[in-house]
Amino acid sequence: MAIKVLHHGLATTVQDLGRPGYFHLGIPLGGAMDRYAMRAANLLVGNDEGSAGLEAVFLGPKLEFTEDAVVAVTGADMPAKVDGVEQPGWTAFSVRAGQTLTFDFLKSGARIYIAVAGGIDVPLALGSRSTYPIGALGGYKGRPLAAGDELPVGAANGSGEARSVAEQLRRLPAAPVALRVLPGLYWDRLSDEAKLSFFADEWKVAPEADRMGYRFRGGRKLSFVEREQPFGAGSDPSNIVDSCYPYGSIQVPGGTEPIILHRDAVSGGGYFMLGTVISADMDLIGQMQPHTPTRFVEVTMDEALAARAEENTRLEALRTSLR
Amino acid sequence: MSKHEIRSPLPGTFYRSSAPDVPPFKADGDAVSSSDAIGLIEVMKTFQEIQAGVAGGSIRFLVDNEEPVMAGQVIAEVEQ
Repeated sequence: MAIKVLHHGLATTVQDLGRPGYFHLGIPLGGAMDRYAMRAANLLVGNDEGSAGLEAVFLGPKLEFTEDAVVAVTGADMPAKVDGVEQPGWTAFSVRAGQTLTFDFLKSGARIYIAVAGGIDVPLALGSRSTYPIGALGGYKGRPLAAGDELPVGAANGSGEARSVAEQLRRLPAAPVALRVLPGLYWDRLSDEAKLSFFADEWKVAPEADRMGYRFRGGRKLSFVEREQPFGAGSDPSNIVDSCYPYGSIQVPGGTEPIILHRDAVSGGGYFMLGTVISADMDLIGQMQPHTPTRFVEVTMDEALAARAEENTRLEALRTSLR
Repeated sequence: MSKHEIRSPLPGTFYRSSAPDVPPFKADGDAVSSSDAIGLIEVMKTFQEIQAGVAGGSIRFLVDNEEPVMAGQVIAEVEQ
C-alpha cells in the first residue's frame, strides 16, 4: 500500500503528535500544529491518536492511492474530493485503488489533517515521524512532500465504517480570534503603557507566520522600562541574557511584532518573552490564516488550568464518541 | 464575450509586480495567455506565482497591490 504524491500543495508534511524530550538539545517539539484535529483524523480511521498523517497548509495536495483505503480529513474547512466527488470533513470515507484525492479552495481555518487507516509508515526519528524540515529530520526524507514521492502506509486495524465527529466536537477559531496569555517572567520589562496596549490593540497575523513562529503586526509598538542592559544581553531593550524559550512563548523583537513560538520553534535565545499563550489555545493558532484579526486576552494561572481541563474534557468526549 | 475569473489558490498578500521597482506583470486591459504570470501571493516567507490559467483579450484586476487576499478570492477577470 502506498500513496503517490501527484502535487505537493504548498507545504505538506508528515506529522504526528511530535517528539517531546529533546527541546533542551535544540530539537523542537514538532508535530501537528493543531494536534486535536490530528488526533480526531486518526481516531476516525481507527488509528492510534499518535499515528502519522499529513498536515497541509492553505493548499491541499493531490494524492493517488495504489490500494483501497479509509481516509479522514479534519481541521480547516477545505473540501476533499475523491475523483472529483466531494467528501464530508471530519468524517471517514473510502478511497478505492487508483482513485485520486484532491482538495477544493480553503474556506476557513488554515491546516487540514489527512489520516489514512494504518498511518503513514515512515521511519521513526527520535521517537516520532514528524517532519522537521530545517533540521532535515523525520517525516518523508526530512522534508515537505514533492510530486513523485511514494508514501508507505501501515497495516490498517480499523473496521473502515463511516464515522463522523459531532459538530460540537469540531474545533476551529471564532473570528476575531482571542488567544489567552499568561504574563511571564519578563512581563515587568514592559512599560505600564505597553502592558495595557498589548492586550487592548487588535493584531493581525503576518503572512510570514509558519510552523516555527506566528508573527503578528498592527498593534502599537511596545516600550520598555529603562535599564542598563546586563552583561550578555544585546543592546536593544527587547534583548535579555539568553534564556530558554517555552512552546507558546511570545517574543517581541524590538518591541514591534509579537511572535508566538510554535511546534518547530528554536529552543532558546536572547529576546524577552512577555508571556505564554496557554496550552488550550495553541491548536487554534495552527488554524489562523494571514491577516486574521487577533486579540490577546490576559488570564491567570487558575484560568489557564481551567481552560486546559476544559480542552481535556473535549478530547475525552471525542475519544468516547469514536471508540 | 464571456468573463473568466482568476482566483487566488492561497491566502496571503497579493503583489502585482515581481519587485517594488519594476512594472506590474499586467496592466488593466492587457491581453493574457494561459501561462502568463499576473501576480504573486506572499505567504510563509515564500512567493507563489499566479498564472492567468486562461487566454483572453483583456484583464481587469479586482485586488490592489499589497492587498490581503483569501483563498478562493477573485483577483482578476479576463474577457474572452
